[in-house]
Amino acid sequence: MKILVIEDDREAADYLKTALSEAGHNVHTAGDGETGFVLADNGEYDILIVDRMLPQRDGLSVIAGLRARGNTTPVLILSALGEVDDRVTGLRAGGDDYLTKPYATAELLARIEVLHRRSSAKEVETIYRVGDLELDRLSHTAKRGGQEVVLQPREFRLLEFLMRHSGQVVTRTMLLENVWDYHFDPQTNVIDVHISRLRSKIEKGFDKPLLHTIRGAGYVLKAN
Amino acid sequence: MSWSLPAALKSTAVRLSALYLILFTACALALAYYMTSVSERMLTDQTMDTVNEEVSDLARAYQRGGLPQLVRTVGARSRQPGANLYLIADGQGRILAGNVESLEPGVLDKEGWTERPFSYVRYGEDQLGPGTIGQVEGNTGHKAAALVLRLPNQMILLVGRDLREPEILRSVINRALLIALGTMSLGGLLIWFFVGRRALRRIDNVSAASSRILGGDLTGRLPVSGVGDEFDRLAENLNAMLSRIGELNDGLKQVSDNIAHDLKTPLTRLRNRAEAALGGQPKTADYRAALEATIAESDQLIKTFNAILMISRLEAGYSAESLDRIDLRAIVGDVVELYEPVAEDAGVRLTHTIGDGDMTVDGNRELLAQALSNIIDNGIKYSAGSTQAPHVSIHLDRIDREIRLTVSDNGPGIPEQADRNRAMERYVRLEKSRSQPGSGLGLSLAQAIVKHHGGRLDLLPLNPGLSVQMDFPVGKGGLDGAGKAKG
Repeated sequence: MKILVIEDDREAADYLKTALSEAGHNVHTAGDGETGFVLADNGEYDILIVDRMLPQRDGLSVIAGLRARGNTTPVLILSALGEVDDRVTGLRAGGDDYLTKPYATAELLARIEVLHRRSSAKEVETIYRVGDLELDRLSHTAKRGGQEVVLQPREFRLLEFLMRHSGQVVTRTMLLENVWDYHFDPQTNVIDVHISRLRSKIEKGFDKPLLHTIRGAGYVLKAN
Repeated sequence: MSWSLPAALKSTAVRLSALYLILFTACALALAYYMTSVSERMLTDQTMDTVNEEVSDLARAYQRGGLPQLVRTVGARSRQPGANLYLIADGQGRILAGNVESLEPGVLDKEGWTERPFSYVRYGEDQLGPGTIGQVEGNTGHKAAALVLRLPNQMILLVGRDLREPEILRSVINRALLIALGTMSLGGLLIWFFVGRRALRRIDNVSAASSRILGGDLTGRLPVSGVGDEFDRLAENLNAMLSRIGELNDGLKQVSDNIAHDLKTPLTRLRNRAEAALGGQPKTADYRAALEATIAESDQLIKTFNAILMISRLEAGYSAESLDRIDLRAIVGDVVELYEPVAEDAGVRLTHTIGDGDMTVDGNRELLAQALSNIIDNGIKYSAGSTQAPHVSIHLDRIDREIRLTVSDNGPGIPEQADRNRAMERYVRLEKSRSQPGSGLGLSLAQAIVKHHGGRLDLLPLNPGLSVQMDFPVGKGGLDGAGKAKG
């Protein structure tokens, strides 16, 4: 993936570059909003990582400018501002995802993958398949090995999200955001409990695990 | 207090009194000028009328009997009491008749009105006895207005009137005005002294008290006289303000202490762990464990920081986020659903009831969900160890114009009122709860959120357990169109 990081803090930018390069991405950096805008406008990037507070040109203005020029490259906003409304303004300006500093690298990587996949995805499928697990979005049913798995509505949505992003790491915050539509920070890891329920429902009686826990990051649903 | 003029002029009371005094004086002077000029003109007119009348009388006498009759009439009139002057002189200026004794030279040369001192014989007003008749005031020159007329036969007639009486009147008026002015000035000074000085002294007291407070004594208060006037109201308001500042100051002090405690402990642990990992001959796995623990600890620290930041932002009243119409039933449903598996794993029964009526508040969905989730989280944690069947129940009820959201648990609760009060203070973590995981700021944050929504959070004791009661005002739209809220 070709990624542009627009971040004025040298150390943070270097760290990001290293982390993203290690994950196999091709990373460019820009130290201010204006340079970032020009680079993003000319280069064919897959993902833009934009800090909100930048010298010369504010991050939100960079995004709005790109969107105005018809540039639809997915943007992940990084910000030290973590208020509920800051997030809303960020997304409203044209950002696709919002991450508050400090963040875990795993979280960032997971979100980038999802963003990239989302932008390159074709039509949303009606039936998801992972191994012998099958989810039909129209009939609202899930089957494993042809056998129906009875799910609560929320469990269904949880599985749906995991299957749509099968093979990708999804973090707990991503699940809370996408399945429950909340962005707040629960004191207990409530998501873990929901995952373990779901796991017992789809894996009970089957040898091959599908829902894997990635330490320090989140979960991934994959056949092997 | 020593008074120098420039300093005195800096005082509003002095300036105001001086201004009023000057205004009064100007008015009084204008009035005095008007009165004297009017009265003077009136008196002059009167004098001239009298003289003209005399002249026409004498003219009639002259027409009747010629010069002898005129001389006789003048002689008779001269001896009557009064302030009139008469004189008949021949062409050479020799006095033939009348009460005028002597004349300055040249007075009779010109016809018409003249005004000058005359020496004349004036007869007393009261002719009680022969002795009193005579020259009461004789030879002194009195200012008089006189009309000089030339008769056909070179004779000269002078009729005049003493101007002493108008002058007396004028001096009386002037004296009265002076007295009035003096009284006014004195009154002004007295008013300044008793009213201005008093006001000034109270303001000075206020200034002195404020300097003391500025000096750092936040317990100081402005004096209130108890009269209930403007000064008292001002002082009371300022005192209320000072109390508020004092509270905030105390709060801040306590908050910084609490924050220091809550952040120092994990930071110390962090440091110790890193140090321990460096010492000895650790294996890669040890490093790994130490680093993982460090990350976990940092995450916890960040959570604490975020909570502190959020609380202070909420309490500062800063809110750029727009308020939405939020149905609390949906929030309760969501959060209960989110926590149900957690409760079940902890062996806690989580139930909820939702009453009738509109449960819509004006608020922020994220914040409200955060508050409820914090309270439920606490409830599950604390009731989990209960000897009875652990139970957390949530009730959403409409009470008049308020919406009451109650979360009750049957855990150990907080039996002491003092402890409950402490738990409500900002950033306070009761000692017993320090061993529990979490930032420990859940309740503080929930309270800040509820307050931010114009509501109130109370802790009520249960036997056993604790009930957290949150009262929200019904959203404005809810009051207007009750029942129209979306389900």
